[in-house]
Amino acid sequence: MTALVTIRDVDKGYVRGKQRVEVLKGLNLEVETGEFLALMGPSGSGKTTLLNLIGGLDKCDRGEVVVAGQRLDRLSSGQLAKWRARHVGFVFQFYNLLPVLSAERNVEVPLLLTRLSGKQRRQNVRAALELVGLGDRAKHKPAELSGGQQQRVGIARALVSDPTLLICDEPTGDLDRESSESVLQLLELLNRDHGKTVIMVTHDPRAAEHASRLLHVDKGVLSAEPLETAA
Amino acid sequence: MTLFRQIGAVTAMNLRTIPQRMASSCVVVVGIAGVVAVLVSVLGITTSLEETLLSTGRSDRAIVLRGGTNAEVSSGLSVDATLTIIDAPGIARTADGEVAATIDMVTGIDLAKADGSVAAVSLRGMSAEGLSVRPEIELVAGRLYQPGLRELIVGAGVQEEFATIAIGDTVPLRESQWTIVGVFTSGDALESGFLTDVDTLLSTYQRTGGSSVTVVLESEEAFDVFRDALTSNPVLSVDVLREDEYYQRQSEGVGDILDVVTTFVAGIMAVGALFAALNTMYAAVSSRGVEIATLRAIGFGPGGVVASVLFEALLLSVVGALIGAAIAWALFSGTTINMGNLVSSIVFRLQVSVGLVAQGILWACAVGLLGGLLPAIRAARLPVATAIRGL
Repeated sequence: MTALVTIRDVDKGYVRGKQRVEVLKGLNLEVETGEFLALMGPSGSGKTTLLNLIGGLDKCDRGEVVVAGQRLDRLSSGQLAKWRARHVGFVFQFYNLLPVLSAERNVEVPLLLTRLSGKQRRQNVRAALELVGLGDRAKHKPAELSGGQQQRVGIARALVSDPTLLICDEPTGDLDRESSESVLQLLELLNRDHGKTVIMVTHDPRAAEHASRLLHVDKGVLSAEPLETAA
Repeated sequence: MTLFRQIGAVTAMNLRTIPQRMASSCVVVVGIAGVVAVLVSVLGITTSLEETLLSTGRSDRAIVLRGGTNAEVSSGLSVDATLTIIDAPGIARTADGEVAATIDMVTGIDLAKADGSVAAVSLRGMSAEGLSVRPEIELVAGRLYQPGLRELIVGAGVQEEFATIAIGDTVPLRESQWTIVGVFTSGDALESGFLTDVDTLLSTYQRTGGSSVTVVLESEEAFDVFRDALTSNPVLSVDVLREDEYYQRQSEGVGDILDVVTTFVAGIMAVGALFAALNTMYAAVSSRGVEIATLRAIGFGPGGVVASVLFEALLLSVVGALIGAAIAWALFSGTTINMGNLVSSIVFRLQVSVGLVAQGILWACAVGLLGGLLPAIRAARLPVATAIRGL
């Protein structure tokens, strides 16, 4: 196994008002290709910040973030956008579907950044929707779908361009238990049968059980056990 | 190619949300429509007036004015001066062998409109050769005035502006009544006034010399000979111009003033529309912050986002411009306008041309681009990591 994600000695902080808040301090992490990693921790612990650094949505203040062989901390905003389009699929807590577009159009959006023809794009979109079990809902707009179905459209959008890495920020945070289970099984399937590396932030211990590894983030520090237990 | 796809995708998303933002989008459209309606209307006045003046006059005719005056109404020539002028070399002869020259006197008549307001209309007295000098004058109704009688013929443009004027009506002039005996057309600015016999008019005003002398040159090239003969004569102090050049200068004066007025009025309105566009596009970007951030997260570049916001601002502006131009066209195109002062006026038909509409659209695009630029930059600079969560 090779490391898909390598984070070395990373610091990240934000300025809130007149105060600087350090979120991640000297953080180190390696995620192997094909791994399903769950990150848990209380609100404000830095797990989403860590996810944003891995997904190339934000840049660290110090240290190295290497994903799929690329030093992300050295890329410009435009270069990061291109890198994200090639390597990462995002699954968001509130789905972040474009409300005016149908399910198939939403799924097609990442493919507009590729050189695929219209026919090829339609084929890929159909395959992605079939994979998430929504082949018959292609023409529906997000408002016409349930929360679980919307999240599955979100997952189809994340995987349609065949990225190496799926970044999932609380993918079941807005779903009931049944829908959550369905979405988590789908992520597990993508990890197990399609070889996708999945990094998921969650508050739900039951969701974390679907991952192959669980890490806890608290006060910007990673540990295998919750901080209070570890102490 | 992918950049165009990016722009197309983001723009399509933006445009599909317009129905949800109808009120604020309408503010931009209405604001721009107002700017363009005013702009096109006032520019229409300027260009229509210029076209009318520029269609007046010929390069093989010359006009002589008193030195230092720039218009016939302020010019005055002595009898001796007019006799010297018509004796100069380079002047053609009429079919009857007479010198092709007319001594004109130009003044104004106050006419009452149907609504009670008063407008000044020019009255031109011409010599007997006047009709030979200006063959474009065509009598279309009634008969020609008779020298020695207080008779006038009226231009078709005046008749259009003052609908009640007809053959047989009388016009007050210097405590006497002058009878309209005919209607003429000329296809130029002369149609905006009355014509009569110059000697009758001079005697009414108790004057002896005319305002100007207009001559037909033997050829266009004869102008220099004619002008040099007059300007080198130490007894005369006159300005000699080709007739088309004279009317071109008249149009420049009026056109310059109207241009200033147009730019000022449309400029103030454009500033108002600019702020409306800014406000609307900022609101549009703000309301779609999560969607824009989602597209940025997926991999859409800042260029596509900027272009799509600008495109939407441009589209709203162009829609506003077309509505404004349509309003201007519906309300004013073909309207007869009388522009004048106390001594003279010109009647012309306002035309809203394709060129003017294009000019209005260009203004609208400028307002749209300026109004959309800052919101577009803000959209491109949205911090993706926070904006994606609606924070």
